Amino acid sequence: MSAPLLSVRDLRIVFDGRHGPLTALDGVSFDIAPGEILGVVGESGAGKSLTGTAVIGLLDPPGRIAGGEIHLSGQRIDNLPPEPMRRLRGRRIGAIFQDPLTSLHPLLTVGDQLAETITTHLPVGRTEARRRALDLLKEVGIPAAETRIDHYPHQFSGGMRQRVVIALALCAEPSLIIADEPTTALDVSIQAQITTLLKRLCREHGTSIMLVTHDMGVIAETADRVAVMYAGRIIEIGPVEEVTRRPHHPYTAGLMASIPSVHARHATLNQIDGAMPRLNAIPPGCAFNPRCGRADDICRERKPGLPPSAHAAACHFPLKELVHA
Amino acid sequence: MREQMEAVMPSPHRDEPRSGAKDGPAQAGTGDIILDVAAASCRFDVSASGLSRLIARQPRRILRAVEDVSFTVRRGTTFSIVGESGCGKSTLARMVVGLQRPTEGMLNFRDIRRADGSFGPPRVQMIFQDPYASLNPRWRVGDIIAEPIRELKLRPDENSTKARVGDLLEVVGLSRSDASRYPHAFSGGQRQRISIARALATEADFLVCDEPTSALDVSVQAQILNLMVKLQQEFGLTYLFISHNLSVVRHMSDDLAIMYLGRFVEAGPAEQVFTRPRHPYTRLLLDTIPDVERPNRERRPMSGEVPSPIAPPPGCSFNPRCSLAADICRAERPELRQMGEVRIACHFA
Repeated sequence: MSAPLLSVRDLRIVFDGRHGPLTALDGVSFDIAPGEILGVVGESGAGKSLTGTAVIGLLDPPGRIAGGEIHLSGQRIDNLPPEPMRRLRGRRIGAIFQDPLTSLHPLLTVGDQLAETITTHLPVGRTEARRRALDLLKEVGIPAAETRIDHYPHQFSGGMRQRVVIALALCAEPSLIIADEPTTALDVSIQAQITTLLKRLCREHGTSIMLVTHDMGVIAETADRVAVMYAGRIIEIGPVEEVTRRPHHPYTAGLMASIPSVHARHATLNQIDGAMPRLNAIPPGCAFNPRCGRADDICRERKPGLPPSAHAAACHFPLKELVHA
Repeated sequence: MREQMEAVMPSPHRDEPRSGAKDGPAQAGTGDIILDVAAASCRFDVSASGLSRLIARQPRRILRAVEDVSFTVRRGTTFSIVGESGCGKSTLARMVVGLQRPTEGMLNFRDIRRADGSFGPPRVQMIFQDPYASLNPRWRVGDIIAEPIRELKLRPDENSTKARVGDLLEVVGLSRSDASRYPHAFSGGQRQRISIARALATEADFLVCDEPTSALDVSVQAQILNLMVKLQQEFGLTYLFISHNLSVVRHMSDDLAIMYLGRFVEAGPAEQVFTRPRHPYTRLLLDTIPDVERPNRERRPMSGEVPSPIAPPPGCSFNPRCSLAADICRAERPELRQMGEVRIACHFA
């Protein structure tokens, strides 16, 4: 495997609250190779968005990085002062968020927003910046880009706005894009257009993408590898095909089985009883043990580690047999 | 019209609906028509004020949210309405619960005989999408659930009301002691259970569920869907289920209708529509949904977007996005035609 573009090691994020510190991320480690799409999946509050926020250095107080390291192409970025981090953000790491309307300035035309971002990060003049803005709009598939470049965000539909946001993220040709629920606010038919676009960009530019979503379907169709998060930890990571078809962690297996199928109708859905613990009530040992059918004494005492193999699960009793036929 | 209405009626050939009387105690009248919607339309006038219109020489602008929709719902079954944002599915739901009057057409609830022997129109309740917005944060859960009981005077005194609230909490999988807590103490899935308990408090027969699980995580979604199926079997409830999620719809529905720009494009028994989708829009929807089971299949993402319901394209409203579109599709709007048990609005179905 070539040197990873992004390497996160043992990342810990702590929120200092009135009732003492809460550990939101607890020892998260993963790599993203150049040109790879890593899906990060989990339920609300699992820490998936927080991981993305920490990588682009937008973590707001009271949250803080309490341990671990983040490296981008070999350079450590988690301890950079604000100004160099600001220059790096947008230039080397782009970001796409869930709601395209709040990511765009409502009073500037999309052309101006794109040109501004381009001139901020690249040594080009205004005419050149506008030409590049137009190319970007064409590249992300906006029809009649020549006229649309002078339109305001409210004149675009949801799917088209998300394309503009993608164009904005691509402005400075970053090597990594953090996409946080990029398709969640969109209709299914538009969703497919956006994921296809992300995959194409990844292939053509060699950009790496960290795709954060709660939708296992989107991950299965888009990502190369997937990391499953639960209560602030990565509990399973591996190639998408492997993890979705042969999950090793009982949580992943339960999650996969709770998705209704479009192909057949079953009497009842498999359900995981209970809910993910809150940050102030994470049980000792494996955080999943109260909901797990395989839990034993060791699960209540010792936190399982994530082995370094290509498809790994943080579980004392991983499922080895074929679960998802 | 008569043909259209028969479309969603049971046929001897199809599988027994999973819901209803099959597993639960025998319910009188399962399968009878409980709701009959005939050529209902809902239009909104979204024009500028009269003077501005006069100055700008603009005609009135009418948004056709729901156009000429007919269907029947059978008691004890689930009828689902599927479509993308802006297709009119929520307006249709609001018409069914009476929050919106149809501009044209009729919605009729048929009188039903209940297990307790009473006879009359079904009691209709709604479950909303966002369990964070639909519960009053300043009320205790017990009061939220007791409100309809007190308002409709369904119990003679406070003690029996409290007992009923406790029973309802247990029915939806919460504990009796939860009545004294406030909504903020509950997770999204638990709040949706409270919404369901509140809907059941009126002894409802017919629940309109507008995207009841789309704000929930998948594992919690499975809990709520299982609860809804269980309640349907136990109490013989009828659901009108509104969703954009095809796999959830497949799991829940006996019958379904696919909506596009205010009209039904395909409607019929769920099993048939899913195994043999005939309208190009239905096919494309099934083709484009992200699928964990078959992620690397050949996909042709649908191009284009849903046009505005204020100025729908002439002819078939799906023609700008359709790969089969020919001249006739741009000129003439296809009628919803009966084909076997399914109704389809397409020139080439």
